[in-house]
Amino acid sequence: MNFVALKMLVGDRAKYLGIILGITFASLLITQQSAIFVGLMTRTYGAIADLGQPDIWVADPQVQFVDDIKPMPDTALLRVRGVEGVEWAVPLYKGLLRARLSDGNFQSVNVVGLDDATLIGGPPQMVQGTIADLRRADGVIVDAVGAADKLAKPPAVPGGPKTPLTIGDVLEINDHRATVVGISRNTRTFQSQPIVYTTYLRALTIAPRERRLLSYVLVKAKPGRSLDGLRARITRTTGLAAYTREGFEDFTMNYFLKYTGIPINFGIAVVLGFIVGTAVAGQTFYNFTLDSIRQFGALKAMGVGNGTLLRMILLQALTVGLIGYGLGVGAASAMGLATRNTELAFRMPWQLLLVSAGAVAVICVLSALLSIWKVVRLEPAIVFKG
Amino acid sequence: MEAALQDVAVQCRGVTKTYGSGEAQVTALRGVDLDVHRGELLMLVGPSGCGKTTLISVIAAILDQDGGDVRVLDRDLSTMSAGERSRFRGETIGFVFQAYNLLPALTAAENVAVPLLIKGMPRSRAVARAREVLDSVGLGSRTSALPAQLSGGQQQRVAIARALVHEPRLIVCDEPTSALDHETGQTVMELLKSVAQSAERALVVVTHDARIFGFADRIARMNDGRIDSITDERAPGGLQ
Repeated sequence: MNFVALKMLVGDRAKYLGIILGITFASLLITQQSAIFVGLMTRTYGAIADLGQPDIWVADPQVQFVDDIKPMPDTALLRVRGVEGVEWAVPLYKGLLRARLSDGNFQSVNVVGLDDATLIGGPPQMVQGTIADLRRADGVIVDAVGAADKLAKPPAVPGGPKTPLTIGDVLEINDHRATVVGISRNTRTFQSQPIVYTTYLRALTIAPRERRLLSYVLVKAKPGRSLDGLRARITRTTGLAAYTREGFEDFTMNYFLKYTGIPINFGIAVVLGFIVGTAVAGQTFYNFTLDSIRQFGALKAMGVGNGTLLRMILLQALTVGLIGYGLGVGAASAMGLATRNTELAFRMPWQLLLVSAGAVAVICVLSALLSIWKVVRLEPAIVFKG
Repeated sequence: MEAALQDVAVQCRGVTKTYGSGEAQVTALRGVDLDVHRGELLMLVGPSGCGKTTLISVIAAILDQDGGDVRVLDRDLSTMSAGERSRFRGETIGFVFQAYNLLPALTAAENVAVPLLIKGMPRSRAVARAREVLDSVGLGSRTSALPAQLSGGQQQRVAIARALVHEPRLIVCDEPTSALDHETGQTVMELLKSVAQSAERALVVVTHDARIFGFADRIARMNDGRIDSITDERAPGGLQ
């Protein structure tokens, strides 16, 4: 009877398309809004994800997320290096400083100071130049997005596009000369400020004078050592907070989940998509059932049991659900592709597709329940009423 | 006596049925006694609201009676569960409805194949068998047509083919000609008589279309929930 169910479903073209449209809309809204939410949350720890080498991040215990800098004394580095199980430990400076552009405007930049000897903590990918070029006098590496936008030079012709920063261009950061020696490609972060890499010691000279300027200590564990064990040992020995990379990512993301309105805002959009999808699909599906009620009655009279009718309706619901889900996720993916490498945060991991599929399945089942209720209670004798 | 019992396809004794309760209570059947024999075409006739549709629904195992006994093809309907009644209908009863009740999205052949699909026959075999039956009712050339592409008479022939395809031993027809003009109605009844009626199969036709009374073997006249009279149309002068 599956064949009959599917033919009945597609037979009423207008309602069939209406149901699919409702589910597509719901699927699109749920997937797209969730993907933006996930994208935003991913960006909260973009600065951590870009640093592949260190196993453990050591920070002041008061730090709440990666951009919440609570500087430590320089001695923290030496104390961490002294902990058993540490292969190496390097300093990292991170701070918001003010850059003066060639047109005289000012722009906040996120300055990252890398260990002078190893340059660990640098950008994940270089577009122009190399990380080693940081060793050149006044050298800085600027992220490509910042170089093309907020740090870009004025247009060559009035009204024309801005001219992106390139190697050799000069900035002034906190009254210190900085020469662009490379352009990097970074994971976009939650902060929209351009990222400027330099060496640790140069960062200390650029940054305003403070007693404490060490933002993080990046640690590599000796081979075979338990990261959790080492993390606990660092905390116990130094009194500082220590996180594995994944742990710090979760820690940062949790801060945004807990202390910002982002989850609520996106949650509302997702729930609205779910409700609207359920209402539209449910109403259309129920109307479709009502319009087909004599057909169901005839089938019942001819000997189709309630169990078979239930399966037929569920099959119809899941068919439109599958198609609507595919179209919705496809449309969301297309939007994601279209906005790739833009400011719009969009990330669609497979887990999100599962969640979205689950939501659409619930919409379909809820839609079908009304119809099932109607059909199961249907008195087949209606077919004898002309 | 035993031979006579075996000859009975439907046996109703003191069947009662009431709808609603209190002041809204309507008594549809007030103790109906009726036998329908194998091989005969019995017409249930009477004015609107006399209980014809209720009686045919009870006989077709669609509606439970409140009182009395109903045996259909040697089965006591009152002892069957809802699932058993559903299976019983699917296996042994064919239906022809006044409004045809064809599934509009299915072709004629697919519509006719539905009872076989209900019984679990694979679709290709069911549709092939349905084509054969459609051919027998003169619609061999319209097997791929949708109901909307067929005339009323053709749709009713498809419905008859659907009622026949699984070779049921009882066919119930509800006003099969009321939506058709006289000529088409006559054709449909001729078809029912020639193709559907057989020695092993009983036909119960509910109608108030006097123009088709001539096709009946017996006519049971109902009034106010009771059977007033049964006439044997095969006997000279219509023996009561």
